[in-house]
Amino acid sequence: MSLDKETVARIARLARLKVPEEELEPLAGELSGILAWIEQLNEVDTKDVAPLASVSDVTLPMREDKVTDGGIAEKVLANAPGGAVYIEPTDRHAGGFFTVPKVVE
Amino acid sequence: MAALTDLTLADLAKAMAKKEASAVEVADAHLKKLDEHRALNAFITETPDKARAMAKASDERRARGEAGLLEGVPLAIKDLFCTEDVQTTAASHILEGFVPPYESTVTTNLWKAGAVMVGKTNLDEFAMGSSNMTSYFGGVENPWKRRGDNRKLVPGGSSGGSAAAVAAYMVPGSTGTDTGGSIRQPASFCGIVGLKPTYGRCSRWGVVAFASSLDQPGPFARTVEDSAILLQGMAGHDPKDSTSAPLAVPDFAAAARSPDIKGLRVGIPKEYRVDGTAPEIVALWDKGIEMMKAAGASIVEVSLPHTRYALPAYYIVAPAECSSNLARYDGVRYGLRVPGKDLTEMYESTRAAGFGKEVRRRVMIGTYVLSAGYYDAYYKKAQQVRALIARDFKDAFAKCDVLLTPTAPTAAFAAGEKMDDPVTMYLNDMFTIPASMAGLPGISVPAGVDKDGLPLGLQLIGRAFDEVTMLKAAAALEQAAAFKGRAAGY
Repeated sequence: MSLDKETVARIARLARLKVPEEELEPLAGELSGILAWIEQLNEVDTKDVAPLASVSDVTLPMREDKVTDGGIAEKVLANAPGGAVYIEPTDRHAGGFFTVPKVVE
Repeated sequence: MAALTDLTLADLAKAMAKKEASAVEVADAHLKKLDEHRALNAFITETPDKARAMAKASDERRARGEAGLLEGVPLAIKDLFCTEDVQTTAASHILEGFVPPYESTVTTNLWKAGAVMVGKTNLDEFAMGSSNMTSYFGGVENPWKRRGDNRKLVPGGSSGGSAAAVAAYMVPGSTGTDTGGSIRQPASFCGIVGLKPTYGRCSRWGVVAFASSLDQPGPFARTVEDSAILLQGMAGHDPKDSTSAPLAVPDFAAAARSPDIKGLRVGIPKEYRVDGTAPEIVALWDKGIEMMKAAGASIVEVSLPHTRYALPAYYIVAPAECSSNLARYDGVRYGLRVPGKDLTEMYESTRAAGFGKEVRRRVMIGTYVLSAGYYDAYYKKAQQVRALIARDFKDAFAKCDVLLTPTAPTAAFAAGEKMDDPVTMYLNDMFTIPASMAGLPGISVPAGVDKDGLPLGLQLIGRAFDEVTMLKAAAALEQAAAFKGRAAGY
């Protein structure tokens, strides 16, 4: 499969990656090269082969439905790149918010 | 007594148990090595103050008679393991400055066993690479050089810093993670032992995720026994990782101390004899076969027919899972934020600035193969091929107990070589990826040197959760190969 510039631009949008216009063409070449190499898989007959869901035979466990932590808003928000806003400025365990650019007018 | 930094992990632990050295003295001796060899760029973050505090606490525990398995042993931790209050970057600009408020399960286990952290090691960005050249913090230099050639060589990747730190005697052991070969290939390049456990043996909780169905933490050390001791300290069931196996941890160290392989059936997969492998590596492999035979093993030729498809299948599965895992880096909750006029522009600019070239490439490939209309053609196909690869191994292990193969198709290469074409770089992992795709344990043991004096490793692959047999075979190979090489100047 050879990817064109438009497809690369569409994938970049889906992946939320800004790709400058002049990089689209070379990227299309690189990605097409990788995909062409990957396509040797088409030689393998996989009719009636169930896709591997997990390498281990372990059945996924269910945990008890109970709260195991909480009250750590300050820890959760500590790395917020845009800064955090706390509901109660004096009680940082009470909860708070990450901040993002304005999304409503 | 030999210098503290020259001791194996096992001997270092014994010396401290006999009160010949305190944990503080041991930590200081190793921290001095970190100072001396800083030019290798093996560490992203050094933690000397933390190391001394942990060593002091270790000495106090020992004085109280509470010494653990790794009491006082200094370790380097791949900067992919979250460490509480210590910056964890995954070697990416997007996580620069990120200070986790929690500790990964594997490192928690190590500290509980008494180990001391000296720092966080460099790696390929988000563990994506085989050279350590994709790190945002610059490449790591391999302590080894070609004879009569002063060019810097890569340590392999992705756990290149962890491997270089052990090879340069800065630490007796370190942690890595292996998704497609990221422990075994750098171990081979640096002349040390690297062990990738069975998927599920070590908890992935608190390890920055790359490809969740493949990622597995494991140890580096200079001997098989040391790697077994470390694995013992790292492994164990963890309810916080739903794919962690609810199995007891066997006595790995005891297995590594009993290299009796009489009657063991060693499988030699014929499909691993491929063009592009350095002739010296093929010769070393043949020598390894003779060594195993001489040690009493029987040699069985086996077939893994889908071997050549493991690599292309991996390059669907791993990017697909990475594109999904790396969606979390959005500039909102942690890491880098590049401002934008609206939310979408902020996401797109943050991710473009925060991810390096190889990571962006894999996110794009992953996004494409998972996008509407292509899922069956790529991801489903790859998982079907993966099922066939797993079946190949199952069939082979009906006839043998371990497999012996080369670890990597070449010795360490120079920084800048093989950088032009991503696919050429991907071929580095041709011998390690099949076992990863099947979730099997593998270990690289240094077994010889090439014509330039560079170390070469051989790989042993075991049955799922049978690291014990694999370690016995590895100890036998280590004994027979008697590799005593050490990088000049380290």
